[in-house]
Amino acid sequence: MVNTKVNLCGLEIDNPVIPASGTFGFGYEFAELYDINCLGTFSFKGTTRDARFGNPTPRIAECEAGMINAVGLQNPGVEKVISEELPKLYRCFNKPVMANVSGFSVEDYAYTCEKLDAVDKIGWFEVNVSCPNVHGGGMSFGTSPEAAAEVTKAVKKVTKKPVIIKLSPNVTDIVSIAKACEEAGADGISMINTLLGMRIDLKTKKPIIANKMGGFSGPAIKPVALRMVYQVYDAVKIPIVGMGGISTAEDVIEMMLAGATAVEIGAANLIDPFVCRDIINNLPNVMKKYGIKDLKDIIGGAH
Amino acid sequence: MKQQIMTILENKKIAKDIMKMVLAGDTSSLTKPGQFINIKLEGKYLRRPISVCDYDDKTVTIIYKIVGSGTEQMAKMKDNETLDILVGLGNGFDISYSGNNPVVIGGGVGIPPMYSVCKELIKKGAEVTAILGFNSADDVFYKEEFEALGAKVYITTADGSMGKKGFVTDVLKDLTYSYFFTCGPMPMFKAIEQTATTSGQYSFEERMGCGFGACMGCSCKTKYGNKRICKDGPVLIREEIIW
Repeated sequence: MVNTKVNLCGLEIDNPVIPASGTFGFGYEFAELYDINCLGTFSFKGTTRDARFGNPTPRIAECEAGMINAVGLQNPGVEKVISEELPKLYRCFNKPVMANVSGFSVEDYAYTCEKLDAVDKIGWFEVNVSCPNVHGGGMSFGTSPEAAAEVTKAVKKVTKKPVIIKLSPNVTDIVSIAKACEEAGADGISMINTLLGMRIDLKTKKPIIANKMGGFSGPAIKPVALRMVYQVYDAVKIPIVGMGGISTAEDVIEMMLAGATAVEIGAANLIDPFVCRDIINNLPNVMKKYGIKDLKDIIGGAH
Repeated sequence: MKQQIMTILENKKIAKDIMKMVLAGDTSSLTKPGQFINIKLEGKYLRRPISVCDYDDKTVTIIYKIVGSGTEQMAKMKDNETLDILVGLGNGFDISYSGNNPVVIGGGVGIPPMYSVCKELIKKGAEVTAILGFNSADDVFYKEEFEALGAKVYITTADGSMGKKGFVTDVLKDLTYSYFFTCGPMPMFKAIEQTATTSGQYSFEERMGCGFGACMGCSCKTKYGNKRICKDGPVLIREEIIW
């Protein structure tokens, strides 16, 4: 028998596989396809203080080995998430869930997290200071160590649950931002959000995406994610949730060797809705193949 | 929705840049005309959403236009090759609202889903008129197939090389009908919206990420709230659409 359990910021999860926010809705769509209780946990759709429709369409463009999205944090707002979406989620998921939160001001983040803090089933907060698709918010908090630290402190004040800060790769020095979050009290770091990218339609000679640019994700970004997780692992003591292009059990192990305690799977869910279940089922086989008895032993193993 | 490996039984050209593909597999997740399937292609990251033209217990027929490298790749595929497909996506048309003499209106590659709508309407005893709009005679397909179902068929071409010269609305404006069902390009929809005298249903197209409601890539606003074209659509009723 192999052990796939890991401890993420004080909570043990059955395996390190976590569908990433924005690719898994509030879970119940996927629960029609398979029993989502096999997941370690999942990070639900990015939630903001007020309801948001998001950006105009087209919001999606295909790339080589990946895709660009510019959804723009469409969500019904925190009140409706609590009153309408989460009850539907609890009918199909009986583990603690990760609440993904975005904002446009420090107060927004604190307000939304405080509301969600009252919800028992939320195990972790994943605070998104890295959305590339909204103007005047999101990523602007994740591109300076000071602003990221300020959001971290504000959220830590309103909850005792573990706070994981989701970082943007669209920065000069991700290590300094991760360290600033750790110093401000963050319990974990998740990384990387999407890389800012673009596609242009040769027929119209204009950007494909209405928002012109968007977040690039998929297997093409995996080497960038691995490199950044590796760098941040050297600089912080708090756990890292690694993501970026993970599509197979081998990718999970590679990301953990770079320094991740758990991993998130994003774009792959959109191509193969069963991918997380299949990775979880295949993980013990791949562990055996590479002589791994306990996943905890390989975290940061490449260092 | 089901994910499965389907086998190509037929893949042939039926008009200029227009291909018909018949796939064998489990079709139990298809329940209504106007649903679509989402096809994984070797070397392409996103799946290709394509509307279902016709289906039975064992096969699905799709008609697609060669518009880019993905559909070019599909057009080269041979009989007995297989494809990884998500089957049974989208809400489809609700034909219970049709009345006795509905009209189905298709423009270009919007025509295929109208075939199974027409078939189901005739099966339930409706007297169906089909208006099929094309650019030119070279583009025309499925005229005989709609006629074989028992529909009264009007062809329009923009250049006048077959049928009535002009657009589908040049026929629609002189008809009396109980309801309409349509799929086609946005300019055609806008013309229908100006012309139609009854309620009806429109099937929309949008760039999609997943095709099954997860990514919010294809959201639109309606009078009844935000909807995802892939999951809550692609069919919207006339009264809910914000143009």
